[in-house]
Parts: sequence; structure tokens; C-alpha cells
Amino acid sequence: MRFAIPFALFAVVVAFLAVGLQRDPRLIPSPLIGKPLPTFELPKLSAPAQRVTAADLVGQVYLINVWASWCVACREEHPLLVELARQQQVPLIGMNYKDERPAARAWLERHGNPYRFSLFDAAGNLGIDLGVYGVPETFLIDARGVIRYKHVGPLSQEIIEKEFLTRVHEYERSSG
Amino acid sequence: MIPEIGHFALALALALAIVQSVVPMLGAASGNLTWMALARPAARAQCLFVVVAFIALAWCFIANDFSVTYVAANSNSALPLAYRISAVWGAHEGSLLLWVVILALWTVAVSFFSRGLPPAFIARVLSVMGLISIGFLLFMLFTSNPFLRDLPAAADGSDLNPLLQDPGLIIHPPMLYIGYVGFSVAFSFAIAGLIGGHLDSAWARWARPWTIMAWSFLTCGIALGSWWAYYELGWGGWWFWDPVENASFMPWLAGTALIHSLAATEKRDVFKSWTVLLAIAAFSLSLLGTFLVRSGVLTSVHAFATDPARGVFILIFLGLVIGGALTLYAWRGPRTLGGADFELASRETYLLANSVLLSVATATVLLGTLYPLLLDALGGGKISVGPPYFNAVFIPLMSPLLLLLGIGPAVHWKRDRMARVLALLKIPALGTVVILLAAYAMVEPAGRATAMFGLMLAAWVVCATVNAIVQRCRARQQAWLALITLPASFIGQSVAHIGFAVTVIGVTMVSLYDADKHVRMNVGDQTHVNGYDFTFVSARKVAGPNYDATEARFSVAQDGEPLASLAAQKRFYRVRGMAMTEAGIDARLSRDLYIALGEQLEDGAWSVRISVKPFVRLLWLGALMMALGGVIAASDKRFRRARAAVSAGRSDARQSSTAG
Repeated sequence: MRFAIPFALFAVVVAFLAVGLQRDPRLIPSPLIGKPLPTFELPKLSAPAQRVTAADLVGQVYLINVWASWCVACREEHPLLVELARQQQVPLIGMNYKDERPAARAWLERHGNPYRFSLFDAAGNLGIDLGVYGVPETFLIDARGVIRYKHVGPLSQEIIEKEFLTRVHEYERSSG
Repeated sequence: MIPEIGHFALALALALAIVQSVVPMLGAASGNLTWMALARPAARAQCLFVVVAFIALAWCFIANDFSVTYVAANSNSALPLAYRISAVWGAHEGSLLLWVVILALWTVAVSFFSRGLPPAFIARVLSVMGLISIGFLLFMLFTSNPFLRDLPAAADGSDLNPLLQDPGLIIHPPMLYIGYVGFSVAFSFAIAGLIGGHLDSAWARWARPWTIMAWSFLTCGIALGSWWAYYELGWGGWWFWDPVENASFMPWLAGTALIHSLAATEKRDVFKSWTVLLAIAAFSLSLLGTFLVRSGVLTSVHAFATDPARGVFILIFLGLVIGGALTLYAWRGPRTLGGADFELASRETYLLANSVLLSVATATVLLGTLYPLLLDALGGGKISVGPPYFNAVFIPLMSPLLLLLGIGPAVHWKRDRMARVLALLKIPALGTVVILLAAYAMVEPAGRATAMFGLMLAAWVVCATVNAIVQRCRARQQAWLALITLPASFIGQSVAHIGFAVTVIGVTMVSLYDADKHVRMNVGDQTHVNGYDFTFVSARKVAGPNYDATEARFSVAQDGEPLASLAAQKRFYRVRGMAMTEAGIDARLSRDLYIALGEQLEDGAWSVRISVKPFVRLLWLGALMMALGGVIAASDKRFRRARAAVSAGRSDARQSSTAG
């Protein structure tokens, strides 16, 4: 019987694949949406002495973008973020995830820095609280500090406009 | 005319592959010697036609025949000849053709160096290799034909991807493929053994040299890939844990487990299930690797969407090979696979631990590689799992492996006394402590604990391996003479193990003490990194055959003494419109000085990346030692003597039958 175990395992993987490929996991909402941003206290990437807490950020609608210098897909979305920051439509806060300070800084120098500032989450603690399961991810937080939307993977111009900016304007109106 | 000859040769090769796989298999099942004997000539004829097809495609590239779609997409009349030839395997269709050529060459090698093997067994081996060839030839002819024409012909080609225009990339893919495809031999041996019901130590002895040779080529291929990434991508990184690298690393890990498991099967008739499963795993991962690396089919769902035929074919092919092999294992395994007993204090235990650790390592890399791809396929978006995951899971797995690696070779087969082994290991333990004390002063305080840990593991392996050699020599009467009469497999094993330790030293040092600086520099500017003074001497325009470049010259001095002059280039490839960096490197065993040119800034200054990389050469030196160790081990007389003994036995039988 034990000789059939490898085949059984293989069959299970194939079955999961066959079913999984026909489903759209984006339909399952993130459990964090509608919940307040988890509490944290993290240093800034640029200034290790300055620490930021969740409370410091309340009072404005903003985006948190999870990025890392080792992340290839981040390079793909980065020009869009730089452009978004130039238009000043919404404040952008970076969360530098499981990275090293010099590498992260060099990366921003090379590709441009669209962030007001970046939180430095070397241990990935906030990442765990936010349910980050890969880089990049982007979160929309409203003025009361509640997570309103989450996107996994690199952003596109279409997603920024349709999913994020429309919501940003909506929440800015409701809070203002 | 030439492309049509190539196309026709492929079709003929397919027909011959069908003969090669069907007839000998039926012959082996029914005991028909004539049908079995067809395997060898069919394999050789198939090889001939595959090679003809390959030469035809190479000819199209050399002659700049841009009416062939594949040539037009991957070459240009300004491309230098050497790159026109390497462009044959520069993209999906051609690399498949290279794969089939290498498979055919391995098959022919098996057909020649297998005279001592039982006819039914070799018929089944060649038949399985023929089946694999059928899969690839069908894939090529129906979805990825390199000989398709596009008439009227394009005026000129759109050039080879500049990333691939590099001497390292001329030999890297063939090396890698020789390794990948070489595991098909072990796979075919395992399948033939399962079908025939003969999986014993003789079987393992036949399979070992083939597997070790394949593993050596794969080791070289991976090292070349790492070296190429280091000097060509301009980041100075030597390993990125990206899907393409992992694709070659997974079969290597499984293959490493396989060659050790095979050794135990040969010597002691144990771990047959492990050995067979690892042979299946190594080859399955090689197939996965082939499709991940060049085809671009599995690396991105978008490629899937544009050409679903290829993706579906690949999934079905992988499913048939892996599913078929595992079904056979489930069905025939209980009857063929059993094992001898061994005690806890025996070398078998250490080899088992080795197999388990390497298998878990393979599984973690597989998970980290496929999970982002699957998530992408499932619509979850592109994400990176990235180095933090791999470093976090991989280092804890490799550390016990290195510790056990020092002990294992000192332990006897079947049964040993732990007290004897521990007494034997006192000297290497002492040696490790001495080396660590000496290294302590030389290693910088930052990160010293981690560095000492890495060095400890490496020093332990080196000391224990050297100690094992000394013990082996001492056991003989003339100790010094014994050194040259030691079995090649033991020498090879020792060289490879020391090579592994050398790589570990390189990884430890360069990961911890790599000094890296991004600066903006004008001509005449000077900057300091780790005690070296880098001066930007000049920048000038140079023109290559198919690119324009800016070449920046730097001089390096240490304590006022001029040390080296480095040239780094920023190239712009005209046809593809792509910018590439060529790093300037001054290489010594103890450190590399590395300069890569970034972008030119508005005011005419350049952004420059300067690094000092301690002991980075040891990475590749260690890999070469591992590969060399493999080649030495595979050349062991025992493997040939075994064959000679069998064939002598057979000729005796023939003589007695003629006498009778």
C-alpha cells in the first residue's frame, strides 16, 4: 500500500490544480477589509530613530504599498507609483518588507521614491498582521484608520484609477 | 531547401523513436531477442536524424536565412558568427531541439557502453528513452516547429536577446541540458528495473556512473549560470532564487540525494524505494526545469493565454511521465523493492538522513518556486516570495547536512560502534577548533557569529574529509603509496565534499562582508570602498558589431599602490533597443573588485556601482571541485570491472553453448 502513496499525493495535487485553475480566488474578500489597521510601531526607513505608530496616520485617506528591493514585480509597478505621487492625488506610504536598509535605500535612489516615507519592517511583523502573502501588495486606509481595499500583486494604471482612486475620492468625501 | 530537410529529418526521427520505443518493449515482454536487438540500431538512427535537423537549423542561422521565422526572430545579419550559432538554442523552439539532440546522444552513449547488460534490460532502457524522445518530438512538430517559414522573407532579423550575447551563455544551456537530460538515463534505468522486476545492487552499479556524470554536468551548468548572472546582470549578485535558477537547482538537489542513495543501494542493497523515487523525482524536476527555463510557458500565465496548445501539451506530457512512473512504482514496487537491515550506528543511517534533508530542501524550493506561479495562474496577481523565504528555510536544512557529512564517511556500513567513530572524529574536531581560532582574528567583528558558524561547518567538513583520507592510507602498508592507489570513487567523493565546503566558505564570506557602494561620479572623481581607492579615469564611446557602448575606465589603488585598471561598459543594442551592462571585474581568489556602470545623469555624471566581494570566487571553485569529484568517481574501475565481469560471463556462456 505504501508504494501507492507517491501516486496518491501526485493525484491530489493534480486534482487541486484542475479544480483551482477554474476558480477565481479574487472573489474571496480579505478578512481584513472593514477592520482597523493593526497597531504597530515601526522605524522609518530613512531615519531609524523616528518611529511611527498606527495612530500617527489617522486623519487622512492614504495608501500603504508593501515593497522590497529583492522583489522583481515591484519594479514593474514602481513607475506608476512615481507618477501617482507626482500627481499628488493621494498620500502614499511605503512598507519596506523583510529588507535590508542599504539595499532598500539604494533601490529607491535608483528607481525614484514616491513615498512620503517608508516603514521599515525588517522582521515582517506588520506583514503578518496585515496578512501579506507576497510582495507587492497595496492597501487603502480611510481617515478613521480602517482598511477599505486591498490589492495583491503589481498595480496597473487601470487598477489604480478604477479600484483605488474612485474609492479614495469616495472616502475623502465621506470623511470631509 | 535546408529548413525543409531539417523538418523532414525531425519527422523521420519521430518515426524511428516510435520504433525504438515500441518494438524492443514488446520484445522484452515476449522474450523475442530479435525485437529487443532493434533497440540499439533504432536509437542510433534516431540520433542521426535529430543531429541532421540540428545542423540544418544551425545552417539557417549561419547563412542568415531570415525566411525561417525562428531565425528572423532570434538573429540578425550584424550578429557575430559565434552568437549566430548559440542563437540556435536562444529561444523556445531551438532549445527544445537542443534538448532532443542531447537526449539522442545520451541514448547512443547508453547503447554503446552497455554491452555487459542483459538484453531485455537494455531493450527496456532504450525503449523508455525513446518514449521521452517521442514526447519532445511531437511537442516540437505540432506546437513549436523551428523550421516554419515566413514568406516573403524578412529583410533582416530582430536580433538575439542581448542578455544571451555572451560567451557564458554559449556553453551554459548545453551544460545544463546535458545534466537535465542525463537524469533521463537514471529515470529509464529505474523504469526498466521496475518493469523487469530487477532492482538489485548490480542495477545500482550500472546506473551510478551515468547518474554521477549527469550530476557533474548539471553542477557545472548551474555554476556557469551563477557566474554569468554575476558579471552580466550588473547587480553583482550570484544567486537570486528566481524561478529560472530554482528550476535548475531542484533537479540538482534531488540528483545529489539520488547519487548518495544509489551508493547505498549498490553497496548494501538498501533504500531501493528511495532510489527509485529520487530517480523519478530528479528527472521530473528536470522536465519541469526545461519548460520553466526557456519556454516562457510556465513562467507567465500570459504566455499560456496566447498559446494554450503549448501549455496544455506540457501539462499533459508532465502528467503522463510523472503519473505513469508513479503508477508503475505503485504497481510493481511491492514486488521489486525490498531492503536489507542495518543498525542505527551505520553509514546507511547517515545516507538516509542525507536523502531526507535533501528531499525536504527540494520540496521547500519547489513550494517557493511554484506557489507564486500558481497564485498567478489562479488570478492572484504576480508576487515574489523572494530570498527571505529561501534563506530562512534553506540554511537550517543545510547546516545539519554539513555536520552529518563530516561523520558519515567515517562510519562503517551495516553496523558500527559509535564509540569508535567518536574516537576517530576527535582529531578533525580539534582541527576545526584550531582553524576557527585562527579565523577569529581575521574576521571582522560585524556579523562574526554568523561567519564563525559558516566557517565552522566548512572547516569541519574539510578536516573530517582529510582525516578520512589519512585513515584510509594508514590502513595500508605503505601509506604514501596508498594515496595513489585509493579507489577513484573515494577520491572523487572526498574532492566533491571538500568542494562543497569551499562553496560554503564563499557563500558565508561574500554574503556577510560584501561591501557595496552606489555613487555618482564624473571623470576624475575618486571614491573609497573597503580600503580601495577607485578613480574614474575616462569615458569614451565604442562601437561593437551590433551595439554602441560607453566604456568607462577606472584605476584602482590600495594604500597609494596602483593595483588594477578596470573597464566597465554600458551597451545599447541597436536592433532590440535594449541597454546592457558589462561589469568591470578584477578577480583574485580572496576578493573581486566589481564595477558596474548605471545610468548617465543629467549633468553628465554617471551613477556607478562599486563592490568589493571577498572570496566570491570560492563559490564557483567549489562547484567545479564538486563536478570534478563526480567525474573522478564515475571513472572508478569498479564500474567497468563489473561490466567486464558480466560480459566475460556472457562470452563464457556463448563458448559453452557453441561447445555444446
